[in-house]
Amino acid sequence: MELLQQFGQQMVNGIALGSVYALIALGYTMVYGIVKLINFAHGDVLMVGAFAGYFVLTSFGGDASKISNPLILILAFIIAMIVSAIFGMIIERTCYKPLRKAPRINLLITAIGVSIVLENGARVIPWIGPNPKQFPTLKNIGFLEKVSDFIKSATGVYISPVQIISFFIAVLLMVLLFYVVNHTKTGKAMRAVSHDMNAALLMGIDVNRIISFTFAIGASLAAAAGILFALNYPQVEPYMGIMPGLKAFVAAVLGGIGSIPGAMLGGFIMGIAETLTKGFISSKLADAVAFGILILILVVKPSGILGKNIREKV
Amino acid sequence: MTKSKVLALLVVAVMVASMFTGCAGGGGEIKIGAIQPISGQVSAYGTQTRDAIQMAVDEINAKGGINGKKIKLIVEDDEANPEKTVNAFKKLVTQDKVIGIIGALTSKCSLSITKEAQQRKVIMISPSSTNDTVTDAGDYIFRACYNDSFQGQVVAKFAQETLKAKNAAILFDNTNDYSKGLRDNFKKKFEELGGKVVIEESYATGDKDFNAQLTKIKGTNPDVLFIPDYYSTVSLIAKQVKSQNIKAPMLGADGWDEITNNAGEEVVGSFYSNHYSPDADDADVKNFVKKYEEKYKITPNALAALGYDATYILAEAIERAGSTDTSKIKDEMMKTNKKFVTGQIKFNEKRNPVKSAVMVEVKKGSDGKLTAGFAGIVNP
Repeated sequence: MELLQQFGQQMVNGIALGSVYALIALGYTMVYGIVKLINFAHGDVLMVGAFAGYFVLTSFGGDASKISNPLILILAFIIAMIVSAIFGMIIERTCYKPLRKAPRINLLITAIGVSIVLENGARVIPWIGPNPKQFPTLKNIGFLEKVSDFIKSATGVYISPVQIISFFIAVLLMVLLFYVVNHTKTGKAMRAVSHDMNAALLMGIDVNRIISFTFAIGASLAAAAGILFALNYPQVEPYMGIMPGLKAFVAAVLGGIGSIPGAMLGGFIMGIAETLTKGFISSKLADAVAFGILILILVVKPSGILGKNIREKV
Repeated sequence: MTKSKVLALLVVAVMVASMFTGCAGGGGEIKIGAIQPISGQVSAYGTQTRDAIQMAVDEINAKGGINGKKIKLIVEDDEANPEKTVNAFKKLVTQDKVIGIIGALTSKCSLSITKEAQQRKVIMISPSSTNDTVTDAGDYIFRACYNDSFQGQVVAKFAQETLKAKNAAILFDNTNDYSKGLRDNFKKKFEELGGKVVIEESYATGDKDFNAQLTKIKGTNPDVLFIPDYYSTVSLIAKQVKSQNIKAPMLGADGWDEITNNAGEEVVGSFYSNHYSPDADDADVKNFVKKYEEKYKITPNALAALGYDATYILAEAIERAGSTDTSKIKDEMMKTNKKFVTGQIKFNEKRNPVKSAVMVEVKKGSDGKLTAGFAGIVNP
């Protein structure tokens, strides 16, 4: 019974972590689906979003170490997502667009360059600086505490309010994204561009606008993930995006890069695998196991779990 | 030859020339290097230590320097990253030609340069690297603080005798020499005194998620939780400890210094060992704290006090040696026996000072701010 309870607890930890990975992975997979670019600067956009949220929370939040008003938190999400979306679009316009016809490898190297510029740029900017900053934590919200207590007494598994929030915000954003991609005109255009860019152009779709839009959505999801990450692990610093970015990239590949449900699935698998390894095997092996799963899946199914098997035309 | 090539050659020539002028310092100077983490995860230590070293150097220079020669201090930032420590060391030794180095701050950074320092016969005094093996490289390597076999014992003893703990849990950084050393020594002493370490969990430097480890720890229901790491990671762990509802008090070591400025209420009721307490009733401490506060407007932490002491230990040894010959200086270093800010310092055969430690409790002040209150002193 105790083992079962602990297993349940570790699953909760894993799902909370996985929902953050999933959000980041979505950005990778959407951008890849449309321009076939692994956007290595994606993790750093997460950092930008987390800092935007940090500044909103510390300047409007009153007490610097606690978020007392849930509305401020919502405001932080909205502003951070808008700031990051604009950032994402600027990066695309200035760095990736001129290279659209260039070989893929050039684009990839540019992405790595953008990533380094963002990290070190943040280190130099005096308001951010190289030193880690404490991210404000959530003050007790009565309603969530009750939910958390209820779950605890019913199942014996403790879910912290922050974990509840992360999970629901992540799911909400994913549902929203699903709706946008599958049931709106822009979403249809996105799918068309992803399918065949030139044909989409011939059909009168403004490809540049769609690509910008995709980057904006990806970046705003990263910003949301950044704030969730910082709420769970309350520290923000210029390099904070590297590790979650890398893991989310693996998650995207695992689920099948280019596939939106694949990225979500991959994110959850990564989070759960990492946590269960730490919990039941050894915390030293957590990353090894997570990346080992990737290798295993790529050997069995190179296009990822939900990836389409596209045959190269010769 | 085209114009641009000539230009390029010219630029290279100027750069080479400037390199040489950089080396050729005045003959009336003694060059000392400092390698400290001015930025990054433990910057609160690095900046204060640097400031304290600078203050000591300024004081010595104001009194006419060492045997009439002024000290020139050259500070390098290593971001608490061993690779950068090695780079900084090479720069200081080959380019600036320093005779002594104060640093590095963290144990794993110090360990990355001790062998090289010994080989090149550069006096190295780490103000604050407590890992036992730091001074193993040879007779040119010193430190101004006690080591972890002492510190781990202090915390273990405190946990048993003052907190009456029977079962302890440990969560440590498996990739950090400081953290690993403390864990070994804590465990040894704790079990020697009849306690039991019920669970040991680890993580890697830079990890942010500790929920899995903490869930396991919670399952064992320990009396105390020992977290031997630096303040920024500890503050992150402490938040997750709180959100997992673990009630056992947390214990730490000198890496917790500055926790009061970097963590929230969740660390109230925790204890850690430290090198000095700024409110101790001691003339040297009071004098140092007063001067430091006047100059930098903040209360110096223990690392600052150690940096200040390290500078004086080195400067006085150079003065007694009467030359810049490092083999003479190292012999004079061994003869150090004097009361400094962090206590009486006399090196043992392994070049470790033998001195006492203080235990500190994190409390919440009446103004809502966290403070570190004196909780006891443990002698070697």
